[in-house]
Amino acid sequence: MAIAHADPHHVHGLDFAGAGHAGPASKRIVTGYGFWIFLLSDIVMFSCFFAAYAVLSGQTADGPKGSELFDLRSVAAETGCLLLSSFTCGLASIAADERETTLFQLAMALTCALGLAFLSIELREFASLVARGAGPSRSAFLTAFFTLVGCHGLHVSAGVLWLLTMMAQVTAKGFRADIQRRILCFALFWHALDIIWVAVFSVVYLLGAGQ
Amino acid sequence: MSDQSFEPHATEFAPGDEGEGQVRTRILGYVVGLGLAVVLTVTSFFIAGTDLVWQPSIPVAIIVLAIAQMGVHLVFFLHITTGPDNTNNVMALAFGVLIVVLVIGGSLWIMANLNQNMMPMDQIMQMQR
Repeated sequence: MAIAHADPHHVHGLDFAGAGHAGPASKRIVTGYGFWIFLLSDIVMFSCFFAAYAVLSGQTADGPKGSELFDLRSVAAETGCLLLSSFTCGLASIAADERETTLFQLAMALTCALGLAFLSIELREFASLVARGAGPSRSAFLTAFFTLVGCHGLHVSAGVLWLLTMMAQVTAKGFRADIQRRILCFALFWHALDIIWVAVFSVVYLLGAGQ
Repeated sequence: MSDQSFEPHATEFAPGDEGEGQVRTRILGYVVGLGLAVVLTVTSFFIAGTDLVWQPSIPVAIIVLAIAQMGVHLVFFLHITTGPDNTNNVMALAFGVLIVVLVIGGSLWIMANLNQNMMPMDQIMQMQR
């Protein structure tokens, strides 16, 4: 408290109502807020890739257009996987708050399986595009496509690694407060990936298939 | 852990945290979110491949449905709401949305104009000689 009184901006005798009154926020709020800022800056980074894709989507260099390449059925399967995994991730964070280890591990394992299913469908799609001569070096459109969708795929891969780390940490250390904060951040990350995927399947696949 | 016992008056929430709630209501929240997201996703996939609606309206409809679904995800999965205890999270989100709109809208605007204002390609080639 000596530090607080040494604060030159601290005004004695005034009772502030509102935000400053309760003292410093708990570490969970500070951590979550900081991670929220990171997620927003990640979304800003994605918006640059989206802008590049939107500008370059017509520059096919006489190569294949999106409507000739995209298979909406596999995109629907990917979307279903990611949406369900977002739901199981939510169940996992409820289980973590309730300190139900078995339920938590089960929900996280389901989330992991759905994330891996998403990744395998996406990798198969990329492999078939490259095999058909529509790799990232074919045209500016395909470069932008592989950059945007691949960057999201990289994020999902990192998320799966983080998910496995959290399962191991809960097994080894239990639901300590710092582990709970990491689970909060992981859940935020995973839900944010789903939000970005909504933009990807709408802008890239559904709009691209109609062109 | 020391920071666990230190819980000030709950005047704000971390993003992703909900207020006080029973497990059943929390699960129900995720179920409602999932249901809304599925409805919106199915609608936009349906609209993309149908002949039933006026064709030029399809891109607009897909964009609108996507924005609605992002809203559903934000509210039901990330628990970003407009409550008074969520102000900081919403302000950060608003700033993020501003930057995203500027980047995407600005890029499209500038590039569309550049194409019009550029010198035709053969003249550029002539100048380089």
